[in-house]
Amino acid sequence: MKLTKRLFLALAASTTIATLPIAAFADGWQPKRPIDFTIMAGAGGGADQIARFIQSVVEANDLTNRPLIPTNRGGGSGAESLLHLKDARDPDHTLLVTLNSFYTTPIRQEALGVDIETFTPIIMMGVDPFVLWVHKDSGITTFEDFVTKVKEMDGEFVMGGTGTGQEDSIVIAYMSGAYDLKIKYIPYDGGGAVAKDLAGKQIMATVNNPSEAKGFYESGDFVPLLAFSDERMDAYPDVPTLKEKGHDFSYYNQRAIVGAPGMSDEAAAYYREVFGKVYDSEKWQGYLVSESLSPLIMDEAETRAYWSRQVQNHRQLLSEMSN
Amino acid sequence: MEVISFLADGILLALEPINFALIILGVTVGLFIGAMPGLGSVNGVAILLPITFLVPPNSAIIFLAAIYYGAMYGGAISSVTLGIPGASTAVATTFDGRPLALQGRASLALVTAALASFVGGTVANVLFTLFAPVLASTALSFGPPEIFALMLLAFATFVGLGGDDIPKTVFSICLGLVLAAVGFDTISGEPRLVLFEIDGFMRGIGFIVLAIGVYGIGEMLWTIEQTRGEVTTTNPKMTAKGMASDAKEAMQRGWKGTTIGSLIGFFVGILPAAGATPGSLMSYGVAKMMSKTPEDYGNGSPDGVAAPEAANNSASTGSMLPMLTLGIPGSPTTAILLGGMVIWGLTPGPRLFLDETEFVWGLIGSFYISNIAALVINLAFIPLFVWMLRMPFTILAPLIFVLSIIGGFAASRSMHDLWLIVIFGIAAFFLRKFDYPLAPAVLAIVLGPIAEPTLRQSLLLSSGDPMIFFNRPIAGPITIVAIILILLPGLKFLRRKRAMAKN
Repeated sequence: MKLTKRLFLALAASTTIATLPIAAFADGWQPKRPIDFTIMAGAGGGADQIARFIQSVVEANDLTNRPLIPTNRGGGSGAESLLHLKDARDPDHTLLVTLNSFYTTPIRQEALGVDIETFTPIIMMGVDPFVLWVHKDSGITTFEDFVTKVKEMDGEFVMGGTGTGQEDSIVIAYMSGAYDLKIKYIPYDGGGAVAKDLAGKQIMATVNNPSEAKGFYESGDFVPLLAFSDERMDAYPDVPTLKEKGHDFSYYNQRAIVGAPGMSDEAAAYYREVFGKVYDSEKWQGYLVSESLSPLIMDEAETRAYWSRQVQNHRQLLSEMSN
Repeated sequence: MEVISFLADGILLALEPINFALIILGVTVGLFIGAMPGLGSVNGVAILLPITFLVPPNSAIIFLAAIYYGAMYGGAISSVTLGIPGASTAVATTFDGRPLALQGRASLALVTAALASFVGGTVANVLFTLFAPVLASTALSFGPPEIFALMLLAFATFVGLGGDDIPKTVFSICLGLVLAAVGFDTISGEPRLVLFEIDGFMRGIGFIVLAIGVYGIGEMLWTIEQTRGEVTTTNPKMTAKGMASDAKEAMQRGWKGTTIGSLIGFFVGILPAAGATPGSLMSYGVAKMMSKTPEDYGNGSPDGVAAPEAANNSASTGSMLPMLTLGIPGSPTTAILLGGMVIWGLTPGPRLFLDETEFVWGLIGSFYISNIAALVINLAFIPLFVWMLRMPFTILAPLIFVLSIIGGFAASRSMHDLWLIVIFGIAAFFLRKFDYPLAPAVLAIVLGPIAEPTLRQSLLLSSGDPMIFFNRPIAGPITIVAIILILLPGLKFLRRKRAMAKN
């Protein structure tokens, strides 16, 4: 039986390290058991990376008296996580790290019966913009070149992206509609695979988040052509936005933490304070800069209003796509 | 030779007291996590990632890589002693490791696995050190059609696996493919085959669930029925002398499998979509094909243990290559390691290799040290693992059952998966009674989720033209070899039938 004992010792040791110092919240609500920190995507993706980053900041600064237990529930494009939160037996200890499938999945899969507006806003850690990338060997250097090239190829221009009916395909569909482009779209299961196939020139362009394409941008392999942000990005000051080109469209991936429906106000206040500290930490501020995330600070009421706007926008975008 | 001096610096860094201590700790933790059915290196690395915040990035990645290494060694342990693959990378190890254990040669199987893992890891380390940049660009030339061709080849090397009953083998493969298709379809973005509208199926059916059900529960029920609980398979005496002679035998009877596994494992491992599991399965298939005595495979051939074990270690080093040179994960575990690098303030990508030489070469240096540490620690624990087998079956059987349930739950923390494990276990018991081979179903659930999307992506690329698998310079030859291999057993079968008809 030494086998299991050893393993459990190792696991126990890791939890002990995580829980040793008691957090300094003298009064008010405190978690009574480990906190379910559900991640809306699989291991290794953008949401997963952020969740584990946040967890590491929480633990390094002893911000909670009970550990966060990250669990990947990426199944069904996030449907699994949404159901997990909707049916959470202990809403005070159930949190979700989201991406935009938070909006799209309930719209695309109405049978789930998930209404995200019943969920509890905790904090928006930042929003992740989208950028149009091509390989340097394509010879394309501006967005105008890109449009000309796509039109020349008449349906043979290949772009890759994550999934169908998700962020990447929404952005590509909007761009195609606005410029009357015919693009062959290949869905992948993650941003890393998309970037890899652009680096290997299996596909011709992507709309990766900057964090996914940054390594290849720095090595000079990827060329950014257009940002789908509201304003020009600090990291890419020479890259124009779609808005400058006269189309009122911007699109971001939300990196937020959300509580289960029915979470008590006290618990929500506790988590807002904890993650507010994470947000203000030097580590997170550094992460926002290095990964080109934009800040989007909102209180509870503003978040709720933001959610209902996002749901409407996505409903419209998705219905335009299917036409 | 610039590389040699970089490597020497890296090895020195890995030998610094804190790093060396972390290597020993990491390998040991990894070994036990890997040995636990259901838990693999992904779980170990993910659980321990936040702790690494306490040490410098160099030490952190060395620790996590040591866990990864240890887990690759550990996977073989439950494959041999319990007959349950500890991780998908160790499925092929059960094919011959389990029979050896049942013949009372568990120690030979474990020693073979340890030595083959060591050789596989070392070969991969050397190739990695010398050719990293060249190999990185090769990895990029594998797009969806190339990966699909490779998966076809992996299936092809296994056509003969289920024995002579081809219809039952095909049935088993199809069963696995259908189970693999449950859940969410990335290409269309729609849920599919959500059986009985149970939400748990949204996630799909993982390899772990099927493998634990089939091997942990089904196999155990079968053994109980066959032997009425009186299993007297093993009476191993563990002595230093015995292990030395096992080591000698392992080298004599396992070198061929080790060689094949080391090379195939590495080259499959460096391809970002493929990874260690297809690498170890293909190595087993190829070793069997190239063997003079293929009939030994499946009945306890040391080569059959050596090939997949050399391959999974070699591939796990290989999968570090796209991670370090391109910033692309070669496996789920390396995906988490990449996340770690971001936490530690590094930028993964093509510049990492040039800008962060100390970090990169410290890690590469640690591969060499971890590999030696894993060999020594693993050999030291073999008597313990073999001793477990000496427990009366009436104790071992419930223990396996409990381990299966804990492992199955720990991986996903979901009751849904536990019910599936039990159902699959009972179904596997009956299929086994009707002589259906189950290994092909397990293979299909591992390879299906790679093969299906790449097939569909390829056909989207070519607008539906299947010639894309033949007219690309890398995909073409692989597809043709795969098709020949698939047709071969059929031709043999026809020839034999014709010969029988003549008589």
